[in-house]
Amino acid sequence: MVPFGGWDMPVQYAGVKAEHDAVRNAAGVFDVSHMGEFRVQGPGALAFLQHVTTNDVSKLKPGRAQYNWLPGVSGGLVDDIYIYMVAPDEYLTVVNASNIAKDWAHLQRHAEGFDVTLTDESDRWGLLAVQGPQTESLLQPHTDTDLSSKKKNAFFPARLFGFDVMLARTGYTGEDGFEVFTDASEAETIWDKLLAIGLTPAGLGARDTLRLEAGFPLYGHEFSDTIHPLSSTYSWVVKEKTHVGHEHIRTAPTQTLIGLKLDRVPVREGYPVKVGGEVVGHVTSGTSSPTFGHPIAMALVNAQHAGADVFDVEVRGKDHPATRVALPFYKR
Amino acid sequence: MTNTPTELKYAASHEWLAADGTVGITDFAQDQLGDVVYVELPEVGRVVTAGETVAVVESVKTASDIYAPASGTIVAVNDALSGTPELVNSGPYEGGWLFKLDVTGEGDLMDAAAYEAANN
Repeated sequence: MVPFGGWDMPVQYAGVKAEHDAVRNAAGVFDVSHMGEFRVQGPGALAFLQHVTTNDVSKLKPGRAQYNWLPGVSGGLVDDIYIYMVAPDEYLTVVNASNIAKDWAHLQRHAEGFDVTLTDESDRWGLLAVQGPQTESLLQPHTDTDLSSKKKNAFFPARLFGFDVMLARTGYTGEDGFEVFTDASEAETIWDKLLAIGLTPAGLGARDTLRLEAGFPLYGHEFSDTIHPLSSTYSWVVKEKTHVGHEHIRTAPTQTLIGLKLDRVPVREGYPVKVGGEVVGHVTSGTSSPTFGHPIAMALVNAQHAGADVFDVEVRGKDHPATRVALPFYKR
Repeated sequence: MTNTPTELKYAASHEWLAADGTVGITDFAQDQLGDVVYVELPEVGRVVTAGETVAVVESVKTASDIYAPASGTIVAVNDALSGTPELVNSGPYEGGWLFKLDVTGEGDLMDAAAYEAANN
């Protein structure tokens, strides 16, 4: 168990590779109850969310979810979040565990002048992410809801194993899956039932290798208070509107997030990335890819070098060649 | 339950030392690390001091430094690990050995019982 955002979290159960493979080929379940949930409601809820995010929240309909950013007042991101529309004037947002206090303070500060009520429900919700190609077929016998009718980013109440839950067809692994919002007091029972129907328990280690292969940025690595979020390939998250930090988001980023592959040596966060012996950036996340069997990494490099085909990554004082590859590394 | 052979000596940092100078990491350590994907070994002929970083074992999760459990000269390394690093997981006391020392002086080492007690 390791400390993570104030929680003790299992890094692995049976082993990162076995858990990773289970999610890619069958289905696994992650306990992500540490993530934060804020309810946003009131006649001013939409106007408020439009003010504090970059994506167009007005495109959401009840029962749908959207990936979004909370831009900072002076650049960077406060967090990257998911917004689930419950009903007109009512939304549930899911935020990164390590950012709960910071996000809460930020949202409170910017709520002034909006007819909106914010509620921190982080302690009320358990959150279990069921991910992998067999998710739908494994869950279907245990709910009356026709899961095949629910598209990506659907968000709906359901009964699962006889418990009232909210289900969302969302995830962070690059696979199909459902995230199960449970009453916190029922999360452990539902977890046990999910294992009993054949889901593989998976920890933070596999969550990281899966999201990295899928090219998903992770706050604290590819996003931060200072990293320009448009360094990543996620420009679609910024829509035509005015919002907090508007002028900073619309400056050109000086760095570009790239994908790298290496032959053998795993590279880790912080390792220098070079072109012709000159340091042009650093690794933000790196691992040995269980799917491909070789090391992969994401790196932030100076924009003018982002087009290079070959880089070197310095590992313990020695340079190792790395080839630039398109993100994501893996697509289902 | 992990395995701790009684004929070996153990460092608190999870290396084992055999009477012939062979060094590896313990079953407990490989279990904690998980799937080993890369091992960086020292050069033969290098003179090392007990406690010095001499190798790196990388799992999917993380890179872990390996410390010399004794002072001496590196006389052999396990070349098989460059192609099959997973030997560290499958046989930490056999095929997954790391390197061999011509020992001139041991570091602060424990017997199997003390090592097991320290990791319970």
